[in-house]
Amino acid sequence: MKVIGKPRRRVDGRAKVTGQTRFADDIVLPRMLHMKLLRSPHPHALIEGIDCSKAQGHPGVHLVLTGKDFPVTFGILPVSQDEYPLAPEHVRYVGDPVAAVIAKDEQTAAEALDLIAIRYKPLKTISDPQEALQNPEPRIHAYSELGNIHRLQAFEFGDVQEAFAKSDHVFEDLFFYEGNTHLAIEQHAAVAEVDGEGKLTLWSSTQVPHYVHRSLARVLQLPASHVRVIATPNGGGFGGKCDVCNHEMVVAKAAMLLGRPVKICLNREEVFYMHRGRHPVLMKFRTGVTKDGRLTGMHLQTLIDGGGYGSYGTASTFYTGALQTVTYELPRYKFEAARVFTNKPPCGPKRGHGTPQPRFGQEIQLDKIAEKLGMDPAELRLKSVLKANAITANWLKIGSIGLAECIRQVVERSGWKGRFRKSPFGKGLGLACGSYLCGAGLPIYFNKMPQSGVQLLVDRSGQVTAFCGATEIGQGSDDVLVAIIAEVLGIDPFDIRCVTGDTGMTPVDLGSYSSRVTVMMGNAAIQAAQKIKDQIAVAAGETLGVSPERLGFANGKVFFDNHSLTFAEAAGLAEEKFGTLGSVGSYKPPRAPGRYKGAGVGPSPAYSYTACVVEAEVDPATGWITVPKIWIAHDIGRTINPVLARGQVEGSVYMGLSEALMEEQVFRRLPPKLSGALVHKIPSLLEYKSLTSLDMPEVDTVLIEQEEGMSDPNCPFGAKEAGQGPLLPVMPAVANAIYDAVGVRIDELPITPDKVLRALERKAKGETPRVGPDHFPAVPYPEPVVVPPPWEGGDGNASKGFQKTKLKVGAS
Amino acid sequence: MQRHQQLSLTVNGEPAEVSFAPYKTLLELLREDLRLTGTKHGCELGECGACAVLLDGEPKLSCLVLALECQGKEIETVEGLARGATLHPLQAAFADLGAAQCGYCTPGILMTAKALLEKEPQPTRERIKEAISGNLCRCTGYQQIFEAIEAAAKVMSDESHR
Repeated sequence: MKVIGKPRRRVDGRAKVTGQTRFADDIVLPRMLHMKLLRSPHPHALIEGIDCSKAQGHPGVHLVLTGKDFPVTFGILPVSQDEYPLAPEHVRYVGDPVAAVIAKDEQTAAEALDLIAIRYKPLKTISDPQEALQNPEPRIHAYSELGNIHRLQAFEFGDVQEAFAKSDHVFEDLFFYEGNTHLAIEQHAAVAEVDGEGKLTLWSSTQVPHYVHRSLARVLQLPASHVRVIATPNGGGFGGKCDVCNHEMVVAKAAMLLGRPVKICLNREEVFYMHRGRHPVLMKFRTGVTKDGRLTGMHLQTLIDGGGYGSYGTASTFYTGALQTVTYELPRYKFEAARVFTNKPPCGPKRGHGTPQPRFGQEIQLDKIAEKLGMDPAELRLKSVLKANAITANWLKIGSIGLAECIRQVVERSGWKGRFRKSPFGKGLGLACGSYLCGAGLPIYFNKMPQSGVQLLVDRSGQVTAFCGATEIGQGSDDVLVAIIAEVLGIDPFDIRCVTGDTGMTPVDLGSYSSRVTVMMGNAAIQAAQKIKDQIAVAAGETLGVSPERLGFANGKVFFDNHSLTFAEAAGLAEEKFGTLGSVGSYKPPRAPGRYKGAGVGPSPAYSYTACVVEAEVDPATGWITVPKIWIAHDIGRTINPVLARGQVEGSVYMGLSEALMEEQVFRRLPPKLSGALVHKIPSLLEYKSLTSLDMPEVDTVLIEQEEGMSDPNCPFGAKEAGQGPLLPVMPAVANAIYDAVGVRIDELPITPDKVLRALERKAKGETPRVGPDHFPAVPYPEPVVVPPPWEGGDGNASKGFQKTKLKVGAS
Repeated sequence: MQRHQQLSLTVNGEPAEVSFAPYKTLLELLREDLRLTGTKHGCELGECGACAVLLDGEPKLSCLVLALECQGKEIETVEGLARGATLHPLQAAFADLGAAQCGYCTPGILMTAKALLEKEPQPTRERIKEAISGNLCRCTGYQQIFEAIEAAAKVMSDESHR
C-alpha cells in the first residue's frame, strides 16, 4: 500500500499551524450582532415572571428572547425531547438558560442581561442519586419512569444465581467513578445567518451537524431543506459537542427574527454548565470464578447520576452495561441500571461513553480475583480472552480481536514478570484492558438509511473532490477520508480536496461520536472511490489496449507494464466515455444478532482492544502519586496514518490518566444564608485540575495490526478506531499499580493523595486497606428481560425464563 | 469617557494604528479589531495558554494584557511566523509530527516554543515541559509536541550553522 500505513502530515495540518483553520468563533460577518444567554442562578425553581422591558430599552440591544418564544422542545434522543432552548417555567440546574439578549456587541449584551428581572420560586434541590431515590417529589421531569428515576433497565443473560452457586468463589465489590468533563480548549460557538435566498445557515462547533440540522428544523418549525448546518473544525470535542445545544437554537431564531447574522461564544464557566460529560456512577459487581480463574457469571448493578436533563442518558445507561462481555469469556451476565435526575448540569457522552466507569470496576475486580487465586493478572486475562468471531452472552458479535497480543506486548515491554509484586514498597505496576466500539450499530433515531455517505467529483484536470458529512474534531477524519480515496485511486492525498460536515453540501454522515468515522465513512469512501476507479479503468484500458482489471493505479499513474497514463489523462478519457464523472458510496453496519428489546446498544461493526501497564510511585508519607511511565498496546486492526493514530492513543492515555488522578466535576451547597443552593464547585479551568505537560509521563505506544489476510472484513483495509478505546484501561491500571506499590485499594476515582493516605492509615490500624464506597442503596430495579445466551439454546430473543442448561465455563 | 482609544504598535513587524474600545484586552484587540483570529481564547482568565503571543519577544497571555498597555510595543502572533509561503521550522515540525490535532492550542504553544528556542536553542526535554506547562492541550498527550519542538530546534540549529 502506498498511502495507508505511511506516516504523513495530515491534510489539514498546514492550516492548523498557520492559524488559518477557521473555528466557529473566528467567523465574522458584515452587520453581525452578538448574543449572550441569561442562566438560572437556582438549581431547581419555577419561573413566576420575567420582565425584559429594561433590557429591551438598553441602548444597543436589538432583541430579547425568553422561553415563550420557543414552544417546541428538543433533545438528542427521540425518547428524551425534554429541553427547551430557553426554559419557559421550570429550571433544573444552575446554568439552565432562561433568556437571551442580542446586542451590537458582547459587552452591551452582557450589560443588558443584568437588567432582566426574573421572579423564581425555588424548589427543593435533588443533589445526588441517594436524594433522588428518597425524594420522588418534587419531580425534576414528569416523564421519568419512577419518581426522579429517569430510566430503569434490567437484563439477564443466563441464570447468574445458578452460576454463582456453582462457582468456587464469588467476589463482591463496590466502585464509584466521579463525574468529569471534556474540557475541550475551544468553547462552544455558533454563528447564524439568513442567506440571500432567505434560508438559514448555522456554523457551529458541533460534532453532529446532521442531528443539529434535524433539531433546528423541528424547534424552529422550518422545512429541513431551508436549514443548512456547517460544522466548523472543532477545537476538541471528546463528546462535549455531541449534543444539540440551547445556544444553537436560540442564535438561529435570533438571526431569523432580525435578518442579521448573530454570533454566540460560550465563556468557560458556561461550558462547565453545558457539560454533558462523564456520568458519576456507583457500581456493584458480583463475579463468580472457578479456582483456576475462569469467570462463571457476573452481576453488575449501576446507579447513575444524570443531572438535569435526558441528553444521551438512556444510551449512556445501556452503555454502562453493554461492553462487560466483549473482552473475556463470560458465560452468564446480569445487568441492572438506574439513571436518576438531579439538579446539576446534564451528563452525557464523554470519550468512552458510559463504558469507562464499569471497565474501571471490572478491571480492578479482576486484579483482586487474581490476587486471591494466587495468579498473575496477565495470565488470568490471557486465559480468558475471547476468540475471534465469538458471540457474547448479551449477543454482541465480535469480529477480529487482538487483545491477547496487546497484553503480551505491554507485559513484555514493561518488564512485568520481573517487577510485578517484586518492586520495593512505594513502587508498582498495574495492568488493565479495555475494548470499545468502532461505531454504534444503530443510528440515534430509527431509520434504515445509510449511516455514512461519500460523494466524489473527478474531472479531466485530475482533481478529486470528496464530499462527506463527517466532522473534523481534531481526530483526523478529513485525513482518513483522503487517505482512503488516495489509496484506492493511486494518487497523492494532497491532490484531493475535501468538503465535510456541511448538511447543505455533503451526503449525510451521522457525526463524530461512538468512534464511528473510520469504519463507516471509510467503507463508504472505498465504495465511492472503487466505482470511479472502475470507470477510469474501463476508459484507460481501451486506450492502453488491456482489460481494465489488469491496470494498476499508483503514484498518480494508471499503468500496465511500461505503458501508463497520468491519472488526469485517464480521468479525461473516462469523462469522454461516460460523461461527467461522479460517484457515491454509502455504509450501513451489518445487522446484529441480538433480537431482544434493548439489543440496539452495544452492537458495532468491529471492536478495538487495548491493554495498558502503568508504573506508579507512591510516597507513603504524603500519598503523592507519580506516574513515571505508561505502556499501551492498541489493537487498531490497520493503521491509516501512524502519526495520527499514535496521537489518538497517547491523547487517550493523557485524558485517562488525568481522570484517574484529578479530574472531577463536583458541586457544593451554598450556606443557608446564601440560599443553600447546590452550585458547581469549580467552573473554571484553573480550579478544575487537569494534567499539564509537566505531569505527563513517558508513553510507550504499540499499535497492533492484524496480519495480512486476517483483517477485520467489516473495516476499511482492516482499520479500527483509536480515539476512545485506549482511554479505557488507563484508570483501572493506575488503581492496580497503586495497590502493587503500597498495598491499598482505591476503589473510586479520582485517586487523590488524601485517599491514598486515608487507606494507608487504615492499613496501619489493621483495618481494610481500602477507600471506596461501602454502601449500595436499594434501587427498585424491574424484573429483568431474560435472554438465553447463544450456548444455552437462545436465538437472540427474550424468553419467559431459563431452561435448565449446563453452565459453560471457559473456552469451548 | 472616550468611547475609543488610539494606539500605535507593531504587529508581526508591521506598524499598526488601531482605534478600539478602552476595556478591550490585547486578545480582543488582535482578534476583533485587527482581525488576527489565529490567536485563540479558551478561558479569558489566563488559565489555558491558548492566547499566548509574544510581547517584545516575551510570551504573554494576551487575555490578561490590556490593549491600552501596548502603545509602542512589538507583538508577534502565529500569523507572523511563516516567512512568505515557507513555514517556520516549528510550524513544519508541528504539522509533520502530529503536534497539532484539533489545532486550537497550537498557536499559543508555537509562540511559547518560539520564545523558548530564541533564548535556549537546544533545550532539554525538561525545559520544554516547563516552558509549555502553562499551555493546556487536551488532544495530544504532549509527547508529539515535545518531539516537534525538539525536531524544530535541531532544524534551526542546523540552519544557523550553515
